[in-house]
Amino acid sequence: MAPEQIRSVILDILSRIAPDEDLSDLDDSVPFREQMELDSMDFLDIVMELRKLYRVQIPEEDYGELVTMDSTVTYLTPLLKDAESTV
Amino acid sequence: MAKDFLKDTQDEYDVIVIGSGLAGMTSANILARQGYSVLLLEHHYQLGGMATWFKRQNGHIFDISLHGFPYGMLKSCRKYWTQEIADSIVPLRGVRFENPQFSLETTFTREDFTRLLIEKFSIEPETVKSFFDTARKMNFFDDQGKTTRELFEEFFPGRDDVVRLLMEPISYANGSTLEDPAITYGIVFSNFMQKGVYTFRGGTDRLVKLIKAEMEKNGVDVRIRTQVEKVEVSPDRRVTGVVVNGKRIGCKAIMSNSNIKGTILNLVGEEHFDPEFIEETKAVRLNNSSTQVYIALKPGDELNFCGDLLFHSEHNGFDIKAMLSKEVSSRTFSFYYPETRPGSDRSLIVSSTNANFSDWADLPEEQYEADKNHLIETTLDCLEQYVPNIRDRVDHLEASTPRTFQRYTQHLQGASFGTKFEGLKVSKELPEQIEGLYHAGSVGIIMSGWLGAVNYGVIVSNDVDKYLTPAAARI
Repeated sequence: MAPEQIRSVILDILSRIAPDEDLSDLDDSVPFREQMELDSMDFLDIVMELRKLYRVQIPEEDYGELVTMDSTVTYLTPLLKDAESTV
Repeated sequence: MAKDFLKDTQDEYDVIVIGSGLAGMTSANILARQGYSVLLLEHHYQLGGMATWFKRQNGHIFDISLHGFPYGMLKSCRKYWTQEIADSIVPLRGVRFENPQFSLETTFTREDFTRLLIEKFSIEPETVKSFFDTARKMNFFDDQGKTTRELFEEFFPGRDDVVRLLMEPISYANGSTLEDPAITYGIVFSNFMQKGVYTFRGGTDRLVKLIKAEMEKNGVDVRIRTQVEKVEVSPDRRVTGVVVNGKRIGCKAIMSNSNIKGTILNLVGEEHFDPEFIEETKAVRLNNSSTQVYIALKPGDELNFCGDLLFHSEHNGFDIKAMLSKEVSSRTFSFYYPETRPGSDRSLIVSSTNANFSDWADLPEEQYEADKNHLIETTLDCLEQYVPNIRDRVDHLEASTPRTFQRYTQHLQGASFGTKFEGLKVSKELPEQIEGLYHAGSVGIIMSGWLGAVNYGVIVSNDVDKYLTPAAARI
């Protein structure tokens, strides 16, 4: 998957976790938590969803990489380079 | 011939979940959704664990623990269950306190508590704000040295009326005391204060029915009246299966929603663990148990609004020994009005009191029955001031004790709120002792209650999923 596809996958997951949030004006460089009501359970959901879709293992010490859209995409790009997008 | 409750089970599953409390059912559902084959085993004839109900003659349905969970439950139910379940979660109207020190009603939100603390208790606004902010910032991995008593002493020195207002509802919700770590109080209190107290419209029976349907839709093999006798462990300390109703069923992982001490000491057995871990397990303190009195009014009796939850006490100040004492002076009344169950004309009242298992465990049968009757009669005496002529209006009456809780949940000593804080560490370290063995359920106070149980079920499911996803699959 290319970075742009990974971004779509993350957006798709976020829209399911937080259906009441407007994601159209999400700023990729600002932490998710400053733009929407996400708690630690929501981040766990993102990790589980990625594992389910792409069998990618994200160790707990790397959860900090999922802070903004930019950092999330950068972190996942090498891990998902061979994966087919599901979105 | 007796019915075979394990008819047509597979020989092997990816995951076996032992116990169908909210944590167990949530785990079963999440793991099935992740694509695993899941078998859920429940010893009782009804699913739900402490999230339960019972039916009596004349169509009365009593909820055991339905009243009062935080708003977060709505979000968790939407994510881990269904939109329909989330949509049935509705706010309670009000919480009421009646005791020698004060009499008040509140929506149980930060906004309303701030108003009360300033106007009624004459606390400085900055102190109130600073207390709420401190509680909200607490994390479970923070310092555990400070107790809840010390937290209150820091913000409200010498004010046992304030302590009572802040503490009574939380003790009712999760059995915690002033000696427990301040973080356990701060986390749970902040969860509630976010948006007040909620309940499930339609009753616990409807909730569990919807939950069961969702689990089955996702492929969970749900079995009631199945008593797990043993967790099978290989010599190299990996789970390989369970023995249930005398039958062996294999599995790759086990999620135990049984009591943590019971899981380790009884289901698995001491010999399979490091001796230090067993020491630690034995040192885990169980939380207290409860007594409840169930009161159904005659059909059609229109109960006046008395609050949804009423914290009644005749005792001065917040005193946990007095709260647990068999000489009951503090009671929490849950009023279930007909709108709890749309279409019903029933009003029911459940009186709950935290209690010690030891006070009830060894009573001779005759004394036990007499003490139960005494509990019922004194509860009615107390209730008379809120519900006039209560004795003429009653259609059905009965009581439960710590012995009842032990029988139905199989929790050691009938613990109705899991374990004290140290239980969380033992629960989390279980898979380091035995590969593939996990526990989720009421532990450590913060993982107790409806929301704590559901979310802990999710957190541990993530670990199970991680374990079952082979490293080779990594992309």
